[in-house]
Amino acid sequence: MSWTAILVLGVGAYLLKLVGVFIGNRLPDGPLHDAVRLLPPALFCALIALQTFERDQELVLDARAVGLAVAIIATVRKVPFLGVLVLATVATAVTRLLIG
Amino acid sequence: MVLALAVGLVGIPFGVLATTAGLSFAKAMVMSLLVFTGASQFAAVGVLDAGGSPFSAVGSALLLGARNTLYGIRLSSLLAPLGLRRLPAAQLVIDESTAMSVAQTDDRCALEAFWWTGLGVYLFWNSGTALGAWLGDLIGEPETWGLDAAFPASFVALVGTQLTDQPARVAAIAGVAIALVAVPFSPPGLPILLAAFAVVPGLGVLKRVADR
Repeated sequence: MSWTAILVLGVGAYLLKLVGVFIGNRLPDGPLHDAVRLLPPALFCALIALQTFERDQELVLDARAVGLAVAIIATVRKVPFLGVLVLATVATAVTRLLIG
Repeated sequence: MVLALAVGLVGIPFGVLATTAGLSFAKAMVMSLLVFTGASQFAAVGVLDAGGSPFSAVGSALLLGARNTLYGIRLSSLLAPLGLRRLPAAQLVIDESTAMSVAQTDDRCALEAFWWTGLGVYLFWNSGTALGAWLGDLIGEPETWGLDAAFPASFVALVGTQLTDQPARVAAIAGVAIALVAVPFSPPGLPILLAAFAVVPGLGVLKRVADR
């Protein structure tokens, strides 16, 4: 990721915040509001799926799926954030070690 | 302050993941300092690690950053008296500072909560990133350590609190479906941007619930 991309992202992210602060109450409620609220679950879950099952523009099943399963179980059981990451990482590493 | 520390701990894995995805220590740091939005940052490095282009990384990160605009709108009247100091204050508009601020009962506490939470998180998030990025540089091949699974795992942990209602769950499932279907047919990075359309069925569910 080039410096340009990072700077564009940084400025863009800041402007998004600034616009909200200044535009104040002039933006009506309704569909736009709801759409933005729904973006995180949609994008996050899409990312999860892609990061687990995609490799070089193909769908594959590998050790990452084990990591995902562990992550889901840990999150459901309310394990703290770092714990979820560690468990998933270890599970994937071990699976790879055993299966290759 | 405890919240700030907790967020800072999340900054550590970001630093690690950022360097794993190929960013230098400096780039990871600048990202945390400028972007200062966890979800966006994790998304950006996640897309990069999965082979997406910087364009889609920035695109998905900005899509996720759009909710900060809503927060800004929500905090607008509270921050209005600050005048020009709103310019630096805006940088601190994130999930946590907004949440702590709107939980207060009067404006003075709300403003204090905003500043304390915002500044605290800024300090700890960036410290966490520095520590994580430094650690990340020391690690060798990420796959042997299973670190490539840490990316989706981080999102599983983050998404847990968001799937609380039907529209959100519908949007989530639609997002997964769109993204996976798109993989064989599109260049890297496009599937994640297409997944943004998943809000449409989510909105549909929302409307049906509201109409009842």
